[in-house]
Amino acid sequence: MSKGRFGVHGGQYIPETLMNAVNELEEAYNYYKDDADFNRELNTLLCEYANRPSLLYYAEKMTKDLGGAKIYLKREDLNHTGAHKINNVLGQVLLAKKMGKTRIIAETGAGQHGVAAATAAALMDMECEVFMGAVDCERQALNVYRMELLGAKVHPVKSGTATLKDAVNETMREWTARVADTHYALGSVMGPHPFPTIVRDFQSVISREARAQILEKEGRLPSAVLACVGGGSNAIGMFHHFIPDANVRLIGCEAAGKGLETDKHAATLTKGKLGIFHGMKSYFCQNEYGQIDEVYSISAGLDYPGIGPEHAYLHDSGRAEYVAVTDEEAVNAFEYLSRTEGIIPAIESSHAVAHAMKLAPEMEKDDILIVCLSGRGDKDVAAIARYRGVNIYE
Amino acid sequence: MSRIERLKGQKSFIAFLTAGDPTIQKTEEYILAMAQAGADLVEIGIPFSDPIAEGVVIQDANIRALKNNTTTDDVFKCVENVRKKTDVPLVFLTYANPVYTYGKDRFFAECERVGIDGIIIPDVPFEEKDEFKTEADAHNVDIVSLVAPTSEERITKIASEAKGFLYVVSSMGVTGMRSTITTDLKTITEKAKEATDIPVFIGFGINTPEQVHEYYQYADGVIVGSAIVKIIEKYGENAKEELVKYVKSMKYKN
Repeated sequence: MSKGRFGVHGGQYIPETLMNAVNELEEAYNYYKDDADFNRELNTLLCEYANRPSLLYYAEKMTKDLGGAKIYLKREDLNHTGAHKINNVLGQVLLAKKMGKTRIIAETGAGQHGVAAATAAALMDMECEVFMGAVDCERQALNVYRMELLGAKVHPVKSGTATLKDAVNETMREWTARVADTHYALGSVMGPHPFPTIVRDFQSVISREARAQILEKEGRLPSAVLACVGGGSNAIGMFHHFIPDANVRLIGCEAAGKGLETDKHAATLTKGKLGIFHGMKSYFCQNEYGQIDEVYSISAGLDYPGIGPEHAYLHDSGRAEYVAVTDEEAVNAFEYLSRTEGIIPAIESSHAVAHAMKLAPEMEKDDILIVCLSGRGDKDVAAIARYRGVNIYE
Repeated sequence: MSRIERLKGQKSFIAFLTAGDPTIQKTEEYILAMAQAGADLVEIGIPFSDPIAEGVVIQDANIRALKNNTTTDDVFKCVENVRKKTDVPLVFLTYANPVYTYGKDRFFAECERVGIDGIIIPDVPFEEKDEFKTEADAHNVDIVSLVAPTSEERITKIASEAKGFLYVVSSMGVTGMRSTITTDLKTITEKAKEATDIPVFIGFGINTPEQVHEYYQYADGVIVGSAIVKIIEKYGENAKEELVKYVKSMKYKN
């Protein structure tokens, strides 16, 4: 069995042209992850620049309204750039800089990772090019302009379905063309080893903080933690330090789009099959001949036909549970949290909020739920308005 | 002796096309025409939705083939028909997922049955070759290894365990035609040949007779894909004559 396995999942299924690049990355990461100076520098960036630690907020009105478990929100939406993505890019861009790279390339779906990558590149004086599906560029036009403001070049990807998976294809192609000075800052816990491990480690700050914060506030661990899952980076970040706590349920919320009975969804673990794609063995939405499906979600960030290999393993082992949440449920949750707590969540995170709304009333009052609010919803306002039949112009 | 082994000691021209572009019937006709025109081995692409190692020309051919509903079963059927009429070595090029999802044993058993000699899987590097090795060996299908301009110290390791032929990727990036290739191919090829007796072929970005004739000096053969696919894209169902002309122009001449 090759390197970077989570059960049968993971591995390094990439062209030979990239093998030395990922080997070099692994070597550098193994060195710097235990390097005191590197960690001090990263910690300073996280705290002084990105606004960590993020708050663990007790959603009292929501708790009372739902009448069950006590609900806490892990406020990754309050990070600089408005989502958890910054945790990963600050780590990766700093690592790339130590490796002597001068150029960052990245894929993006909703644009959150692209914005984060462009931000970190601006801060650390790196060139940055972002690949984004042409369809997503249209859905998230504001984020395209935001990346350009930050000095990045955005390439709309027209191949295939012109969404996140095609953006990943194109960024991999770009990396094979120019690898010597370039680091591919992958945005999720996916792709070939060592990316799923590196991204998990950088995102695990979420659960490291949340676990300590809940113990301080409540003196006990939560009954469950919830997060939305596309590739799975905020979810793995939210799960990681709770994995050894066997009594804490780990719940990932996938996009069921227009419904699992339709072909308009992105529910990889619920409906996908084992396969090999984008550098990893994992579950993918695909047809009987292994052609990767066009997937759908109202959320551009969850609109991905695969899932990170560690999630596939947590699914197989039963340690984590994965549920599917429809567009309609997510939009309802988006509106509910806005109204109830005065917090506009990202449409991605709204999938986790929606499941918490189902779960909380069924639980006891002394149960605790932590929902990872992975991003803020300002970017989604126009799309939600359109979903409700209101045409507004950004 | 495998059909690929017969290419030892000669200069070979390898032609690539994507199955199902423009139609699976035409693929059959074009394989036979190119073999007759002198292609020493034909590489047949099984279309995949996300061919990450391909440039725009072959990506588009994959999309056209899939739009025609070309399936892996159709490609096997096509090879079965071709094999009745020619003994030219035939290898597949496809990605890990179509092989894996078809069922590894079922896939390689079909390869053996229809007369496929080898397979190139660009997203399966040396570290992952055990994924398909058992099933491929059991059905006498060579999994072709690739070395790239970035392989450096990996070349010897890869070449010494390679089977069928060794594929030297001529340049960085994806497949596609390039007017100039800057990699030191001669050194890479020589290093590979020190570690293996199997033929060493150069591919990726090769376009013109001038380029191939330079590579024939030190490699055992050249692989041309995008330039052929481009002809098929341009002439569609009437590409046969152009393909024959092109293959003849690219053959090794003493």
